[in-house]
Parts: sequence; structure tokens; C-alpha cells
Amino acid sequence: MTRARCKVLIVIAALAAIALVVPHSTSFLILLATRALAFSILVMSLDLLLGFAGLASLGQAAYLGVGAYLTAILATRYQFGLGYDFGLVVALGMFMSAALAAVFGLLAVRATGVYFLMITLALGQCVWGLAYRWNSLTGGDNGINLPHRPQFGIDLANEVTFFYVVFGFFVVSLSIMYTLVRSPFGRSLVGIREREPRMKILGYNTWLHKYLAFIIAGAFGGLSGVLWAHTAGIVSPENVVLTTSVDALLMTVLGGPGTLVGGAIGAAVVLFIREYLSTLVHWWQYVLGGVYILVILYLPGGLMSIPERIRRRAARAEAPAAQSLAAAKL
Amino acid sequence: MDARFWLIQTFNGVSYGALLFLVGSGLSLIFGVMRIVNLSHGSYFLLGGYVALTVIWTAGSWLLAVPVAAVTVAVIGLVMERVFLRPLGFDPLRQVLLTVGFAFLFQQAALDIWTGNPFDIDPPAALTKSIVVGGLHLPLYRIFMIGVALAIGLALWLMMEKTRFGAAIRATVDDAQMARGVGIDTSLISMLIFALGALLAALGGVIGGGFLGVYPGLDFEMLPVAFAVVIIGGMGSLGGAAIGALLVGLADNFGKALFPEVSYFTLYAPMALILAVRPTGLFGRD
Repeated sequence: MTRARCKVLIVIAALAAIALVVPHSTSFLILLATRALAFSILVMSLDLLLGFAGLASLGQAAYLGVGAYLTAILATRYQFGLGYDFGLVVALGMFMSAALAAVFGLLAVRATGVYFLMITLALGQCVWGLAYRWNSLTGGDNGINLPHRPQFGIDLANEVTFFYVVFGFFVVSLSIMYTLVRSPFGRSLVGIREREPRMKILGYNTWLHKYLAFIIAGAFGGLSGVLWAHTAGIVSPENVVLTTSVDALLMTVLGGPGTLVGGAIGAAVVLFIREYLSTLVHWWQYVLGGVYILVILYLPGGLMSIPERIRRRAARAEAPAAQSLAAAKL
Repeated sequence: MDARFWLIQTFNGVSYGALLFLVGSGLSLIFGVMRIVNLSHGSYFLLGGYVALTVIWTAGSWLLAVPVAAVTVAVIGLVMERVFLRPLGFDPLRQVLLTVGFAFLFQQAALDIWTGNPFDIDPPAALTKSIVVGGLHLPLYRIFMIGVALAIGLALWLMMEKTRFGAAIRATVDDAQMARGVGIDTSLISMLIFALGALLAALGGVIGGGFLGVYPGLDFEMLPVAFAVVIIGGMGSLGGAAIGALLVGLADNFGKALFPEVSYFTLYAPMALILAVRPTGLFGRD
């Protein structure tokens, strides 16, 4: 059994465990897990950019915002998307976000490094500005309250049912993104991340690869937004503000960039600290800030790199010769 | 909408721009010298306001509060640069994330020390009056803000253009590797610039506290605006920061007055466009 297949099996086992255990826990935990799963899709979409294409976006919340606002506006104004047409809203949310990413990508994808960070920040702020100020459409600072969750044969108002629906979307998203990064397209993205000029010389249209990745990430961001709107029951500028984009970025790095599931772990850890620890102690934000700083300083590969580190340390203890080999790999 | 409206809005825009210059010039210098996207810059602004409040509450002196707040925050910036940012080496992503981590820590610390209540920094009585020019009531405090920005701008310009230290800074902005090659201590310059940037932001926080107030969340409200200033003006350029601050101040005021629904959009969309077309900003050094 190859190591990659072993990892997939571990992820499947963990997902099965979540699907089995969470519904039998408290309703607080079910809601927390639902939130984490919905937000994870956004984080994984960012990991697609950061971990594979090497593009650190500071405006990923914009796509969550488009999906979420679309859902809320359709639901409150047109009572659309509260029955079987929920599926259409999902498709439309993904499409609209992808369309926005297609426009933003034209401006952003050419930039690299710090400039990419800055331009995505600016673009994200554009969306936030509209959400915050365009009162007649978005409800301004107050946001929009959603009427109720969709009902189509099953009632999503039931928290366990809704959990399974979000869980389903999460698993499908993860599978699609995993397939994508394992495909030749994903491999080329990694190549571009590692050395773009070389990929260009080899004849790859690197701009187009990054542009497509940007659009795909936008689409998944939109999906995350549609689910988030119904999870939270309210959509507000808070969802598209700079700190939400920063959160997504930190969760990606906390979990481990380039791992996809790492993003989900990062999201779960952060939301757990923010929503559970904050009910216990008032200084929870020190913990969060501290965790970020420690991970960035001492664990650049994120939480997902811990097993690898332990393995490497064990190997180093066994054979000092392996040490130089590991160093050479780095 | 008569001439008075335009004059008053222009005046308000220019005075807001003056405040933005204090925040933006520091950020721009930091970016120019170190290529760091400093997301804790808004926190320096907020902390400046809070420290000033404490000084005013205990010593009762606004005049004392200004330097104390500025220097305190400058020291915080200096320590942050030396202990955490410098050892990180050049990795934009990790630097950005580290500064965010600190922004969160500062946020919580501010909440613990100064509670979540909004405060106002009352300027000295002499500055609370307004003067009448041509039938327009102009608050003296806003004129004072413009004066401070001009003075600071002039001082920074003299430092950058007329001193040896300034020449070293410009050399570091243009090509850090070459600067090191000719014996300029770029590490020392980074440290000092970072502290200077924090100092200017804190100064902005104290002065801005007089009309924006000081409240939780102000840090992340100020941050993107400061970036807009830096980007529109051009990173690492002082004159660019001044023009950027003026443009953003005016755009913000007229945007809110004329088309409130899209006012922030009209601020950030040009920022994105400028970045896409000319990544170094309108007046940045290539």
C-alpha cells in the first residue's frame, strides 16, 4: 500500500468517524461542526490557490460573500431557493462567484508575491464596500436575515439533517479538489508554484493555469457562501470583511498548505477556539493569536506536517546518515 | 449643491487626507524598505489612541500624551521587528501572517486594558474652536491636523533627501542587496524604519482620536484605507504617500457625500486597477 493511498484511507476513516459521532453529540457541537465544514470549503478553495498554485489571496472572503448574499437576497426577496430550487441556488452561487473570480482574475493573476496579496486585498475590499454600503441591496451594516432553511422532502431546519447535507457537500468538494490537484492540471500548478519560468519554457501557459485555478477556487468559495448563509441564518458585511479573508488564510497555513484536508483541520481548530473556548475564558483571543504566531514561527508546514516531523525525528535518531539526506531534500 | 458644499467637502477631504498621510507614509516606508505587508499597522494606530487616553486620564495632559503614545508604540514596533520579523527572513506570506497574529493579540490586549467602550480624545480647548473664513466655519482642529501632516511631511522629506541616513534609506528601497554591498547596515535601517512607521501610525491614532474616536475594530477599519493610500501613491515613496493620502481623503469624502451606496467601491476599485496596471503605484519607484 502506497503512502498516498494510506493517507486517503486515514482521511476516509476520519470523515466516517465524524459522520457517525457528531450527530450523537450536543446540538452545540453539531452546529459547530456544520459551521466548520461549511467554512472549510472556502479554506480548501484558498488552499487550491496557496498550497498548489502558490498564490496567497487576501480576498477569498469575497467569493463566500457573493454566494452568501445571493442566497440571502434570493430567499428574502423572491422566496427562491427554499425548496427543491435550493439546488439551483447552489449552482447559481458557484457560477456567480466563478464569474466574479473570472473578472478579478484578469486583474490579479498576473501579479506575484506581495503584489498578489495586495491586489486581492483591494478586490476583496471592493466587495466588502458594496456589501457594507449598498443598503438597498444588502441591508448595509445590519445584513440580511434568512427566513428559514430549505425544505424539499427533507427539512434542513433539523440540525442533524442539515449537518449531513453540509457534510455531503464538503465530501464532494474535497473529492473534486483532490482529484483536481492529482490531475495533470494540478501537477502543472505545483510546477508553476515551484518554478514558473521553467514551466513557461516547457511550453505551459502558466497564466491560464493560474487563472483557471483562481476561477475554480472562486466557484468553491461561492458554494461555501451558500452553505454558510443557511448555517448562520444571517449574512452581513462581517462575512466579507478583511479579517474573514485573513482567517481563511491563517486556517490554511495552520492546517498545512498544499494538503486540502489541512485547511479543514485549521478551520475546525480556529472555530473551536473562537466559539467554544470563548464561552469558557475571556482571553481566548490570546490563545488564537499565540497559536498563529507559534505555528508561523516554528511549524511552517502547519499541523499536517507534525506526523512527518515526528517520523523524520525518529529516523534521525536511528541513523545520523539519514539526517543529511533529509536536509538535502529540504 | 453650491460652492459651499464643494469647499467644505474639499476641506474635510484634505484634513482626512492629512490624517491618512500620517498612517500611510509609515506603511509606505516600511513596505519600501522591507517589502513587508504589515497588517498590524492599523493596530499601531489604535494603540496610539489608547495609550494617549491613558496618559490623558492619569496626567491630564494632551500635550504629554502625543509623544508618550508615539514613542511607546514605536518601541512595540521595534521589538516586534527585532524579535519576530527579522528572524523570519524574506517570506512575504509568513511575514503577513505573523503581523496578523500580532494584530489579534493587540486587539485582545486593547479590549482587556481599555474595555470595549468607545472613547474620544479631547484635544486642548484652544483647538476646539472654529474659525470663519469667507462664511465657512472651519474647525481649528482639522486645520491643526493639516498643519501636523505638513510639518511631518516636511521633516520626513528633509530626512530622506538631505541627510546621509535618508540616502541610505533610499538606497535600501531601490536595491537592498547593493546597499548592503556598499556597506549600508540595512538591518539597522529596517529596524529604525519599522519603529518610525509605528511611531507615525500612533501619532495618527492620537490625532485621529480627536475626530474618529478610539474604539475596538478601528484597527482593521484603518488598515485597508492605509493600504489604499500606499498603493495609489506608490510603495516606498514619500511624495506618493502624500498624493495618495490626499486622493483617498478626497475620494472618501466626496464618495460618501455624493454616492454613498458605492462609496467604498469607488475607493478600492481604483486601488485594484492601479495595482493591476502599475504594481508599484502611481509614483512608486520601479
